[in-house]
Amino acid sequence: MSKPKSTHFDTLTLHAGAAPDTATGARATPIYQTASFVFPDCDYAAALFNMERAGHIYSRISNPTCAVLEERISALEGGVGAIAVASGQAALHLAIATILGAGSHIVASRSLYGGSHNLLDFTLPRFGIQTTFVDPRDLDQWRLAIRPETRLLFGETLGNPGLEVLDIPRVAALAHEHELPLLVDSTFTTPYLLRPFDHGADLVYHSATKFLSGHGVVIGGLLVDGGRFDWQRSGKFPTLTEPYSGFHDMVFSDESTTAAFLLRARREGIRDFGACMAPMTAFQILQGIETLPLRMQRHVDNTRKVVAFLAAHKFVASVGYPELAGHPDHELAQTLLPRGCGAVFSFAIRGNRDQGRRFIESLRIFSHLANVGDAKSLVIHPASTTHFRVSAKNLAAAGIAEGTIRLSVGLENADDLIEDLSRALYASSKLS
Amino acid sequence: MLVEVNGCPVYAYTGGRAFDATQPSIVFVHGACNDHSVWALQSRYFAHHGRNVFAIDLAGHGRSGGNARASVSEIADWLESLLDALAIERVALIGHSLGALAALDMAARKPDRVSRIALLGPSSPMPVADALLDAARRNDHAAFDLINDWSFSAAHQLGGSEQPGIWMRGNALRLMERSQPGALYKDLLACRGYADGVSAAGSVRCPALLILGQRDLMAPRANATLLIEALVDKRVVTLAGCGHSLMAEAPGAVLDALRVFLPSIDNPGT
Repeated sequence: MSKPKSTHFDTLTLHAGAAPDTATGARATPIYQTASFVFPDCDYAAALFNMERAGHIYSRISNPTCAVLEERISALEGGVGAIAVASGQAALHLAIATILGAGSHIVASRSLYGGSHNLLDFTLPRFGIQTTFVDPRDLDQWRLAIRPETRLLFGETLGNPGLEVLDIPRVAALAHEHELPLLVDSTFTTPYLLRPFDHGADLVYHSATKFLSGHGVVIGGLLVDGGRFDWQRSGKFPTLTEPYSGFHDMVFSDESTTAAFLLRARREGIRDFGACMAPMTAFQILQGIETLPLRMQRHVDNTRKVVAFLAAHKFVASVGYPELAGHPDHELAQTLLPRGCGAVFSFAIRGNRDQGRRFIESLRIFSHLANVGDAKSLVIHPASTTHFRVSAKNLAAAGIAEGTIRLSVGLENADDLIEDLSRALYASSKLS
Repeated sequence: MLVEVNGCPVYAYTGGRAFDATQPSIVFVHGACNDHSVWALQSRYFAHHGRNVFAIDLAGHGRSGGNARASVSEIADWLESLLDALAIERVALIGHSLGALAALDMAARKPDRVSRIALLGPSSPMPVADALLDAARRNDHAAFDLINDWSFSAAHQLGGSEQPGIWMRGNALRLMERSQPGALYKDLLACRGYADGVSAAGSVRCPALLILGQRDLMAPRANATLLIEALVDKRVVTLAGCGHSLMAEAPGAVLDALRVFLPSIDNPGT
């Protein structure tokens, strides 16, 4: 029997979802910079509005350039489809708003990006959605936190900033035991390093601002549906399985067996909340994805060199990178992340807060800013920036100390990065 | 809606519309290892344009109970039982692949129950490689992968969905993965075992529409030649650049072909 032929990942990064433009022959994906699309006749227009025909109506709902990006990330992740949105935070909000409502509950890893923590801990309770935060490494905590009203389990592939490796197979199995989906933020890993659907996750989202676009020039998010979760059988998600008066009493799980979630997310979430992606942004992210395999490998290679340098430095107290033997998730990382554990990690210097400041301000190549996943190397002090709203107790629980410094290792020559770090460490250590 | 057929529940998507006895009715029949949702756009259109629509899940598929049938004639008999259960005398039958063979067989053997047939991706014979059949018998995932490889044209293997944001290969794979163990094996047995296609086509007296994919590897256009020759009242639409997954690859063109072909209250003679 001939073997199934699956197009390789590298090829999909260049071609999935795109073809030369039939109208002009343009090889690059055109930027469809238009708000609306002309209807050929009234019946056609009505059919588009009633989901009897496929196509584009208005660029808040869908746009051809964004659609190419949506197909591409779906192909790379192994999902059934995706929705491009305004930011990673918009993707998280869209995922939650599509299947949860007032009275619902989330169980989430406590090691999250600060913005995600804000949404869950401070903002969503105002709308009646509560979250219990758990140690991502403690499966018993996940289990004990699940309540009758729980509707979602949520974590990051690599916790921020402690790089806890989410045990996706076990957390997904627990979620499915309770007929619940697992949502995973895969921003730090991208599908080049880890495909959460292959390990049991049900929904995946990215801040495409980071490694997917790769150059720090756009803000965007992508929400991908794995298509395996059986909303009908679960019976816990009326937004997908009961008539929706906001769309002609449509029952989304009747319309699509595999992509009911995406239908509701587009027909309600994007329509009503409106956090869509601009076509120019989609184009720029597509350009980034074209080189994703090359860039991610270089990010990882550079990171390994920088980690090795820091781990051996006398002024460095600790380095948290799962490829190091001493990391609590070292074994799990070898299973889930054989290509590498990304390019974002934290370390602590043997010094006080002022010495930490001196270190950051002494760097010349690393840029001090709030972002990760740029082609350029970045540095930040989480306790005073990304996680400054997080309480001291929760900071400690997330593994963040006052001296913790987070790096996002870029694509420069690793020797230059190490020289920059070496000089800054020296300057910091000499501060009395 | 759910209706009981031979003691088992059968699911039919109706587009959310109540049955109207004054309207013509259409039954959509999916192919191997699929379900009603492959017709989502087309069935919804007709449900909202003056037809009663029943996009069914075949026995042992999707939300329908019972066991998948291992022969086309059994599926056709089951379809007649379905019409009895729905208390509908006559319908237009639209079938894809295995579903097309079942529609053809029913139209030949039960001419009073079928007003017209639309056959998408038909083939007679419909050969199935031993190795594929064996993989399906073992519920080996490779069977799904192979079918997926052969179901989309080379261009559509890389996407280009008319449905914004949908990755067609991934969607098709997930749908097959949801099927009951053994269902694909029986479906493929039914396809391979149907030797009466050309003979059946010669017996059909109702109007027939064939929608073929120009790049169909699963049911190559050449395999429809004898069917076309045998059918008396037929029309053929070939969709450029399409493979076997016609409803996903070209949902608009499929709908347009069906709109022209199917009678309506306003235009009963079309």
